[in-house]
Amino acid sequence: MDFDLTEDQKEIKRVARELLAARSPFAAVRAAAEAATYDAALWAELRELGWAGIAVGEEYGGQGLGAVALAVLLEEHGYACASTPLVSSAVVAAVIDAEGTAEQRAQWLPGLVSGELSAALGTRGIAADAPGADVALIVDGSDAWLIGAAEAEPFVAIDLTRRFGAVHGEGEPLGPLAAARVRGAVSAELVGVAQRALDMTVEYVKERKQFGVPVGSFQAVSHRCAQMLLGTESARSMAYHAAWAADASTETLDEAAALAAAAACDAGVEVSASAIQAHGGIGFTWEADVHWLYKRAQADAALIGGGKLQRSGLAELVRRRAARSAVP
Amino acid sequence: MDLTFNEAELAFRDELRAWFAANEPGPEPEAEDAHYAWRRDFQRRLADGGWAAVQWPREYGGRGATLTQSAIFFEELGRSGAPLPANVLGILLAGPTIMTWGTPEQKDRYLAPILTGEEIWCQGFSEPDAGSDLASLKTRAVQDGDEWVITGQKVWTSGAQYSKWCMLVARTDSDAPKHKGLTFFLMDMEQPGVQVVPLRQITGEPEFNELFIDGARVPAENVLGGVGNGWKVALTTLMNERAGLGFFLQVRLRQLLDTLIDAAAQRGLLEDQVVAEKLGELHLRTEILRLTAYRGLTAVEKYGVPGPEGSLVKWLWSESNQQLTQLATDLLGSETLHTDSPWAYELLRARGNTIEGGTTEILKNILAERVLGLPKAR
Repeated sequence: MDFDLTEDQKEIKRVARELLAARSPFAAVRAAAEAATYDAALWAELRELGWAGIAVGEEYGGQGLGAVALAVLLEEHGYACASTPLVSSAVVAAVIDAEGTAEQRAQWLPGLVSGELSAALGTRGIAADAPGADVALIVDGSDAWLIGAAEAEPFVAIDLTRRFGAVHGEGEPLGPLAAARVRGAVSAELVGVAQRALDMTVEYVKERKQFGVPVGSFQAVSHRCAQMLLGTESARSMAYHAAWAADASTETLDEAAALAAAAACDAGVEVSASAIQAHGGIGFTWEADVHWLYKRAQADAALIGGGKLQRSGLAELVRRRAARSAVP
Repeated sequence: MDLTFNEAELAFRDELRAWFAANEPGPEPEAEDAHYAWRRDFQRRLADGGWAAVQWPREYGGRGATLTQSAIFFEELGRSGAPLPANVLGILLAGPTIMTWGTPEQKDRYLAPILTGEEIWCQGFSEPDAGSDLASLKTRAVQDGDEWVITGQKVWTSGAQYSKWCMLVARTDSDAPKHKGLTFFLMDMEQPGVQVVPLRQITGEPEFNELFIDGARVPAENVLGGVGNGWKVALTTLMNERAGLGFFLQVRLRQLLDTLIDAAAQRGLLEDQVVAEKLGELHLRTEILRLTAYRGLTAVEKYGVPGPEGSLVKWLWSESNQQLTQLATDLLGSETLHTDSPWAYELLRARGNTIEGGTTEILKNILAERVLGLPKAR
């Protein structure tokens, strides 16, 4: 039993944290969002570093580092709330590698890894990076479809840091664990979003004074922060567990991903909402950057089916548990 | 990252399962004294099998088990339906505290009878006016020749009526700052100056006691860790409070959830989506507990330093148990409120979970101040 990142994975996390802190501070995130474009220079750099192919086999030009390394990168991408199509590209590539046919892998992976091809990820109703995507991975409950040259209907969603659209068209099915892999991976980005919301809040309530003292010395505020910590760490346990299962325990991946998605959707949304509250009036302004995290959390949750689907997933697990225990 | 047990851990678990299969504890008696005797008997069998305190070093009769193996022990104990050892406070708290702070003579004298259950231990820390603010305790110890004379009152002392020894923290210097004037004593309970009065809790049963101490005498050689050093010694005890036991409680929570899911299924309630989703939320919480506790174990095993996981797990466990027992009452109807329903007991007992062993409010303070670095709460 070793529930910890390896030294290599920690190094990937540290490098990603530092790189994104330097290249993608909130000023850059806001500039990209307000211009309704991606941060092209950042995305070029991330592609150059091989992030899109982190969990894709080396025969397709990827790094073959597995789902835990992917989770760690996505966590840091969420932490920075970076304005890039990394989640779509890296997750679609990883899932095609694990759950696609040989033809699908050969068709899509080299281009997705190099960045010559672009991918969309989400549900039919809301897929990130759908407009103009070469290939879309659409999840619908436990099913997942790969749609080439999908017809997308663009719309502007509250998360202005990314491009969204509704997706039409017929697709090819992917392997049985494709939807679980998507849910698990997106959960990791939500963990990062929650962690950033918590860190920003802690920093703020230490500085902000009312009644002559830092507001973080009031239990009404500090206990809110403790609750945010509980949500974040709970989601992290489950997201890492799902990532580990994606690599090493596929027989439990379906349940692990359902649990991770439920924990991470809750944590992402609740912790970032709590951050807005703890920031007080300033938290409701455009200038305070916590709203980008709240919007990212809402959109990420929607990409994997939203809160209702996650709760139905938990209900299904309970029914399975009852069926198991009914077997003599 | 490897979330499976390694070969040594699996071998340990299999050996333990085989032992539990061959050593069923027998039916659980209802009456209090008989129940305690049942637990004491089972501890003796554990000790004979070498399982009473797996985490203790071999030189003291343990197995030198790793933290993970110790967690496996408590999970398997929970799974087996066996009771917690009668001397659980001796094994988990007194033993490790004596190993850390005791003289060679003290270790020789006290450790072996803890394992066998021959000498039961209780914990004399909390007082009526010193709960979360433990260091403000008022029980006094005054030196008289080679002895200390103790006077004061303790509360929430579970098992005091069966105990030979008490881990007692008393004030030996009332002029010193509150954390500095304390001393940790090993007090013999079998003396006229110690009176044990059962404390009836909201379940109706007296699981705990009040301890009235009036001129009890403790020889100087029964000071543990030095005069005036009691706060540090007590912290060692408190650090051990949740080690291992948490895994037992989690397994029991999962078993209780299984019972509730089965009861709901028999009534056809799982077809109701709202019900299934509420149970699903509890299923998620039990899995968060299990995995977060394992993360905490890894942190201690690899870095020697506990992370925030212990406090998070205790908080989440206690609230989940309350949520579960309330849901049972909601779903299964009014018979759960009959005093002879096990659910009635569980419902009431769960109210203590967010208070005992550190209130949720104190846990939140600890997390806010020590983990998040927020200013001291007011």
